[in-house]
Amino acid sequence: MANFSLKVNGKTQEVDVDPTTPMLWVLRDHLKLVGTKFGCGIAQCGACTVHLGDNAVRSCQLPVSAVGEQSITTIEGLSENGDHPVQKAWLEEDVYQCGYCQAGQIMNASAFLKRNPNPTDTEIEDAMNGNICRCGTYTRIKKAIKNASSISNA
Amino acid sequence: MTLIKTTYNRRSFLKSGSLAGGGMILGFSWLASCKPTPEQVSNIPKEWFDINSFLKIGDNGMVTIMSPNPEIGQNVKTSMPMIVADELGVDWKNVIVEQAPLNTDIFQRQLAGGSQSIRVGWSGLRMAGATAKHMLVAAAADTWQVDASEITVDAGVISHTASNNSAGFGDMASKAATMPVPEEVKLKETNDFDIIGTDRRNVDGPNIITGKPLFGIDIQEEGMMIAMIIHPPAFGMTYKSMNADTVKSMPGIKDVFPIDVYKDDTEKQWSDAGSIDKLVAIVGESTWQCMQAKKALNVEWEESSALESTEGHDEALTKLLNTSSKQPARKDGNVASAFKKADKVIERTYSAPFLAHNTMEPMNFYADVTAERALFNGPIQTPEFLEKTLASRLGMPVEKIDIKMSRMGGGFGRRLYGTFGVEAAVISQHMKAPIKLVYTREDDMTQGTYRPTYKVKYKAGLDKEGNLIAWHVKGAGSNDDLLFENRFPAGAVDNYLAEKFSLETNVTTGAWRAPRSNFVAGAEQAFLDEVAEAAGKDPIEFRLELFDRAIKNPVGEPEKNDYDPVRYAGVLKLVREKAGWDGSQKNGVARGVSAYYCHNSYVAQVLDLATDKKSPKVTKVWCAVDCGIVINPMAAKNQIEGGIIDGIGHATYSEMTFEDGKPQHKNFDTYRLIRHKEAPKEIESFFVDNGIDPTGLGEPSLPPIIGALANALYKATGKRHYNQPFITEKSVIG
Repeated sequence: MANFSLKVNGKTQEVDVDPTTPMLWVLRDHLKLVGTKFGCGIAQCGACTVHLGDNAVRSCQLPVSAVGEQSITTIEGLSENGDHPVQKAWLEEDVYQCGYCQAGQIMNASAFLKRNPNPTDTEIEDAMNGNICRCGTYTRIKKAIKNASSISNA
Repeated sequence: MTLIKTTYNRRSFLKSGSLAGGGMILGFSWLASCKPTPEQVSNIPKEWFDINSFLKIGDNGMVTIMSPNPEIGQNVKTSMPMIVADELGVDWKNVIVEQAPLNTDIFQRQLAGGSQSIRVGWSGLRMAGATAKHMLVAAAADTWQVDASEITVDAGVISHTASNNSAGFGDMASKAATMPVPEEVKLKETNDFDIIGTDRRNVDGPNIITGKPLFGIDIQEEGMMIAMIIHPPAFGMTYKSMNADTVKSMPGIKDVFPIDVYKDDTEKQWSDAGSIDKLVAIVGESTWQCMQAKKALNVEWEESSALESTEGHDEALTKLLNTSSKQPARKDGNVASAFKKADKVIERTYSAPFLAHNTMEPMNFYADVTAERALFNGPIQTPEFLEKTLASRLGMPVEKIDIKMSRMGGGFGRRLYGTFGVEAAVISQHMKAPIKLVYTREDDMTQGTYRPTYKVKYKAGLDKEGNLIAWHVKGAGSNDDLLFENRFPAGAVDNYLAEKFSLETNVTTGAWRAPRSNFVAGAEQAFLDEVAEAAGKDPIEFRLELFDRAIKNPVGEPEKNDYDPVRYAGVLKLVREKAGWDGSQKNGVARGVSAYYCHNSYVAQVLDLATDKKSPKVTKVWCAVDCGIVINPMAAKNQIEGGIIDGIGHATYSEMTFEDGKPQHKNFDTYRLIRHKEAPKEIESFFVDNGIDPTGLGEPSLPPIIGALANALYKATGKRHYNQPFITEKSVIG
């Protein structure tokens, strides 16, 4: 066990955990931030996507010891009131069915749009391909990302 | 207006209605999701009045409506309360939805499965709203001393024009709760609906996009420990022994022990199918610590029955299809002599593998069992049946068992089988502490309860004019005999024979979204396409001719035929019109069509593949649906789109195979699910507007799309596809 000081959603938090513990479980079990979801544990489904700095990463493969000074943003910290353009677009498009994968989809989409504010369909598909939606809301996700891109650019 | 006796369903409604005057208390749901959104907070009523078990009205006119059924992503938590709200006459923006408690004395069929929630719930939900409205009106009539029949209700306002009186629901709620429950109520005419038939966004949407704890796996309780299981590595193996000592001393590990999930005398329910009766449990402080211990633990297993393989399953199914059934499932005319007379005879065999459900949220359940009572919370499609099993296993009356229904991260049939709930109970009982059981993805994918593997052989005979004169189908599946013998084309062919067989295997199987239909529709619709081609007819025309026969002069006793050929033909004509189907193939586009009936709804689809790329890409799907009245078109379309993508994905990419009883895929690195790039670019849905009582939508769009895809792939590649997943036939889309 070791102590780590983590910057999560703008707050500094201390945890005492095994250094190999993936951030996914630090967030869920220790910091009680359960919006980040467990899907596969091997970086194949994208349900656990969070932002490390500005980059979307799979928190199931990110050991707490590798985080250091970098800031972490989870779905709970993406916006104050759930009004990030991507969140608004998700609401508008009524994207979700079961909803379980959507935090990961939203975190991936928001990091992607920051890098590429005016993506083409193919760029969206490429960027989002690592995020599985078992309910099959892919066409709505794509529409929402396009809408979010126009909201942010408005 | 429709007059309906409220005694229509005593079990579902009146029992609660009769309690209304007695001030039945329904507590707020545990679900954080149900808390009002910030802008509503200022509107929170000071007092709530329980009108009946489905709803309560606040003194400010806010209405809380209970959603009785478990939510797996089929959106009943929005659509069921919409039905209540419409009959009640409240403005939807003043409605708060809560997940109802499990109480099958009050709510009927609290189960998510078979696309039946809306169909079965329809009358009871309308009655709940209409009865409450009746009582509000009665309260106003009594207050104003006017005739109730002269009172109108609109968007939460009760008015009597002649006396110039009006009041909000909140003003009358207190008195309404004391009014007698009516023996009969008037229901709205379907064209008077205000909320039903309009787009309403998912009531949990704001909570989903902000990551609120909605799901079973999100549950955190004081003193709760994490539990994991280890199940046998192969079907046919069972627990023998282990050395838990080294693992028990690992950091955070509280205990490691074998459990008997069921005892010999446990009364199992159908929902306990696929259970593994002896498992190893690991309990610890955190998930990661349990995972580490799980990896380190050496468990010995022993063979208890045959270790099966995919090759063996395939051979056994082929063998079954080469035998004859002594008692055919259905026989009309004489197929043998018809085939002799036929100008052309076509015979084809289709197959599909086992499939895992792979809900994105792995199986999990919270349990807190003491000697006095047992509390549960988690994702379960069949809470009523789980409760019965728990009562038997724990030796505790159901009154002492409380199961809360969390939102589910997908169901697809997997959570009909709540053995994980029993596992959680037994682990909690052993630990004398609250635990949350969590499966890893590997546990989830290799546990079983799969969609069965299937094989079906079709044989069709055509006369010189290209008329279908004989149809012989033989179907077989693992622990399942596949066919719906009275569905199309039964009733449309003079000589018809259906034979079905079940192969006993120890690989456990269960319902998987649109059971049986999820395979048989694709096979049948691909075969019909091939037969239509042999007949020299347009595939839509060919089908319409058959429906015409079934309409005008059905074969066999008409009531035996389990479909309505008029509605079936209706969706096919609608999709033909919408897709602009003229039978021609355009450059760079390959088109396929398909139609199917299941779960009481009719679906026809046209699928376009772009063929100008290295691999074909699904560009567009047109989908025509007859599910009667559509409650929430926006959500209905979501279900349709999901079913289409699910069907295309599984038929193209997914399979579970076995060697020596061991599942060969354990996670999404080798078990392929459809992804963004492979999904259709566009899906457009159309509904038949016929005012018929609503039927289900969670499943019906999935089965036929596999036929439409196979038929389009044939146009694109010149090759028919008989074996799923199509990727094994080197057909890649995306």
